Amino acid sequence: MAEPGTELMTKVSLARGALGSLAFALSTGVPGIHSAAIEDGELVVRTSRDRLLALMGLLRDDPRYACEQLMDLCGVDYPARAERFDVVYNLLSVTHNHRIRVIVTTDETNPVASVHHLWPCATWWERECYDMYGVLFSGQPDLRRILTDYGFEGHPLRKDFPLTGYVEMRYDEDRRQVVYEPVKLTQDFRNFDFESPWEGILTLPGDEKAHESRQGLKLPR
Amino acid sequence: MSDIVLHEDIPEELLSADAAAKAEIRTVEIDSHALNFGPQHPSAHGVLRLVLEMEGEVVARAIPHIGLLHRGTEKLIEYKTYPKALPYFDRLDYVSPMCEEQAFALATEKLLGIEIPDRAKWIRVMFAEMTRILNHILNLTSFGLDCGALTPALWGYEEREKLIEFYEAASGARFHANYFRPGGVARDLPAGLEERIAEWARDFPRWIDDLETLLTNNRIWKQRTVGIGVFTTEQALAWGFSGPCLRASGVPWDLRRAQPYDNYDKVTFNIPVTRQGDCYDRYLVRVAEMRESVKIVEQCLAQIKPGPVKIQDHKITPPPRREMKRSMEALIHHFKLFTEGYHVPPGATYTAVESPKGEFGVYLVADGSNRPYRCKIRPTGFAHLQAIDEMSRRHMLADAVAIIGSLDLVFGEIDR
Repeated sequence: MAEPGTELMTKVSLARGALGSLAFALSTGVPGIHSAAIEDGELVVRTSRDRLLALMGLLRDDPRYACEQLMDLCGVDYPARAERFDVVYNLLSVTHNHRIRVIVTTDETNPVASVHHLWPCATWWERECYDMYGVLFSGQPDLRRILTDYGFEGHPLRKDFPLTGYVEMRYDEDRRQVVYEPVKLTQDFRNFDFESPWEGILTLPGDEKAHESRQGLKLPR
Repeated sequence: MSDIVLHEDIPEELLSADAAAKAEIRTVEIDSHALNFGPQHPSAHGVLRLVLEMEGEVVARAIPHIGLLHRGTEKLIEYKTYPKALPYFDRLDYVSPMCEEQAFALATEKLLGIEIPDRAKWIRVMFAEMTRILNHILNLTSFGLDCGALTPALWGYEEREKLIEFYEAASGARFHANYFRPGGVARDLPAGLEERIAEWARDFPRWIDDLETLLTNNRIWKQRTVGIGVFTTEQALAWGFSGPCLRASGVPWDLRRAQPYDNYDKVTFNIPVTRQGDCYDRYLVRVAEMRESVKIVEQCLAQIKPGPVKIQDHKITPPPRREMKRSMEALIHHFKLFTEGYHVPPGATYTAVESPKGEFGVYLVADGSNRPYRCKIRPTGFAHLQAIDEMSRRHMLADAVAIIGSLDLVFGEIDR
């Protein structure tokens, strides 16, 4: 762990004031934290699922952090990764006027510990995350769907869920009720590719070597 | 009811035989039953479906069902370029459109690493404060309407109309302005608008006085709101409250002061705070906030100077129309901007603004393409509505209506 530590030290010295010292305190003093660093001026803490509850308890109750409020909880989907979901907690300390973002990763089957007993408002945020991504939260007694329709199937914010969805709803005049039918598109869904060879990407596929010599640098990775 | 209580007070052996028998017969078992409140109820403020478990007229449990206005905004934004994603924010909280835009514009600007011109910042602050007044007028007057006060709503719509005209003059649209864009504002204020706004700012405090004569010391209003839906400081913090609802519970917290954005660090204003945390306090905080907003608008007008209203990088903001007719480069920039948009470097930010309802945040994840990889919208009312079970428990049914009114819920935002 020496190497990431030194990298962190440089990051900390670059960061301004209080957030930097918080990042340092978190990364050195708390076990089970993958990284705690200032990213774009915001303190981001990455941790593992089994350490989440201990960390959250600390962040709320320790007077150095004093995060009284859980402002937001959301998921992010990276389908290419082994653990495809990020669960992102945005905490706010009204006492110290700082924000801390905690990120854990998970997949479709491994549950994340619920934090609803620390912040009661977490229940709805967790329900929303479950509804949108299918992330499971252990210890959450009320893990129902929240935003989607009654009887909805699938998790719409996953990257592999189509924008148009699978079913559409209409009122059937003859049957005098609402009916669900598979989506029929009168025009194909158009998704334009804006990865322009001129500015969108630096290296053209198959042209890595030429690019390397042109730029006079070694490409990362 | 009163008869039963009377009999309970007197020990049974002291009652005469027939009175005891009568009490036996009179014992009523109050059946708890569920009541569907909304989604078409006028005081549900949109499409709230609240299932109320009642014990007589007392609310035992309130279970909100939301999502009836869910349009998949976050998913749609993932498929739109950054300039095209912006108008969705008007349609979230349609009562305070420009403040929502501001959150997204600030988040995008942060990832792009750009600083907007000073005049654009003043215009943003000024219109954000007018938006706050726009929002509070609607909330307070419809809150009054929920509790039986009709006149404020009639007066309020007239005042809103004046502000909506300023919206229209600046952006061309009455509600869905699409005005605060990453890189500045869409266009400069038309000639004479600043004077009109100054005139309005001079007159408006008198309207607030009028509103207060109708409500603040009104006996019925106080009976309906004082001591109703009390939320302590600890509760408000734990339930993720923000904005006027948090300040009514005694927390002097305002993002405009604590984490200033745009030009809020260059204006002076007070943050109204009250201690009781009931519906009446939430009303008082909003009234006081309107007065502060007028002061901020006046300070903006005093300090605003002519100058550019958007950054001059035409990869991010469109070139002037006149230039487009002559310059090939400007034409290409225009075309590229409105088809491809701009590429935002990879990164993530949680950027929050003090919207009229409270903290409105955008968690924006960019992957280097021209579309947001993830755009999570943190609606303010979501957290407030969740606490309604806690707030309205053991209150009367009519009090639940007052609580909904005092929380300032807009379902475009909560359901997204």
